[in-house]
Amino acid sequence: MESRTLTVTELNSYVKDLLATDPLLMNISVRGELSNYKIYPSGHHYFTLKDQESSLKCVMFRGSASKLRYRPENGMGVTACGRVEVYLRDGAYQLICTSLMPEGMGDLQVAFEQLKAKLSAEGLFDPAHKKPLPFLPRRIAIITSSAGAAVHDMIRILGRRWPMSKVIVLPVRVQGVEAPPEIAGAIRYANEFEVADLIITGRGGGSLEDLWAFNDERVARAIYASRIPVISAVGHEPDACISDYVADRRASTPSNAAEIAVPDWHEMQETLNSYGIRSRQAMEKSLHAASQRLDALRGKRVLTEPSAFLDSRRMDLDRMRDRLLSSGERQLAVKRQRFVKLAAALDAMSPLRVLSRGYALASDAEGRVLRSVRDLNPGDRVRVRFQDGLADCRVEQIQEGEV
Amino acid sequence: MAEKLSFEQSLARLDEIVRHLEKGDLPLSESISLFEEGTGLLSSCSAMLEEAEQKVVKLRKGPDRVPEELPFVDED
Repeated sequence: MESRTLTVTELNSYVKDLLATDPLLMNISVRGELSNYKIYPSGHHYFTLKDQESSLKCVMFRGSASKLRYRPENGMGVTACGRVEVYLRDGAYQLICTSLMPEGMGDLQVAFEQLKAKLSAEGLFDPAHKKPLPFLPRRIAIITSSAGAAVHDMIRILGRRWPMSKVIVLPVRVQGVEAPPEIAGAIRYANEFEVADLIITGRGGGSLEDLWAFNDERVARAIYASRIPVISAVGHEPDACISDYVADRRASTPSNAAEIAVPDWHEMQETLNSYGIRSRQAMEKSLHAASQRLDALRGKRVLTEPSAFLDSRRMDLDRMRDRLLSSGERQLAVKRQRFVKLAAALDAMSPLRVLSRGYALASDAEGRVLRSVRDLNPGDRVRVRFQDGLADCRVEQIQEGEV
Repeated sequence: MAEKLSFEQSLARLDEIVRHLEKGDLPLSESISLFEEGTGLLSSCSAMLEEAEQKVVKLRKGPDRVPEELPFVDED
């Protein structure tokens, strides 16, 4: 058979057509390990699938990639589904992947574990962040579907246990793509307008798929940011969902949340009764002690013989008076002695003693002592004091300087 | 005065009163007036419990996003 010569493009196109029409390669699943996983700005994902001996180039276009619910990671065992196609430019074939399933676990399970690890690392589950629930909430916001058993169970149990709490239902969808933004929005709205002092959000049980809204990052962050304490009430056992981890309190079912939220009316009545009993007992004890004290006083002499009591008080008074008087006299003598001493000291310093030695003291009309001729003018009146009397004089002439 | 307190406030006050009374270190006249206050609180609390009727509303975003209360009706 004669060989034909083709251009490169012709050959690659030929092989491309060949592979594209092969029924097996049109829709195939391949198992392998992810490596070299890259997300381009275009939104396309590129990766290599490999096993021990071989590797396969794969691409997942933006449309398919946007449906991924978890984050594919290198080293992850996966099953990739799609078709085999030749990339004309390189003459290389690759798998056009339309879905990528993690091996061993469902993709939701992987997404759950990934989000749980991420939020845990960010501290969203930190027990220190959890707020205590109000002891007696006055207004309880229920964020769930307004249809279905969950909301009715909660209203019924809240009403039976603690009818004093007002119940405020914020209806949201709890399933489907609209559910997470609606739940998160209702939590933020309840906080913004402070419509309640406790929030319960959740739904009745279902499959992992049904409960998916409560594993949504937006819902988790809204619960974390809520200033109003939140009880997560998703009906499922035994697995928890993300909202359970991030909420201030986890309930196993919506009914359980209603039980956690409020005390029981009958238990409260019991508490009130016990307060009544305790205060009556305490009162009786106080009254008993008081009457015992009264009995003890009744026997005292002051009450039986009041005049004897007064006599002794009168004696006390007399004794006090004596002490007071004698101490008064003693004090007077001490003071007198001090006065004599002070008078002698004063006398020693008196200017009159100086005058007796022949000096005289001149003062002006106002009685101020004159110390300088500069204080004087001819014609001024001056009073001169001698040891034995006064002389009123008039200034004739003034001479300044040493006399 | 007791009528104005909420249930929770009444309960807290009751607790305080009972503790005071149990300590037994108050003058008798004060004990008696506390006891009377406590008895009043007990009966008002019991009355609140007896008379309470559950209120259930549905919240709707009204004009300007302000919450509007509607009666909650069964949607089943």
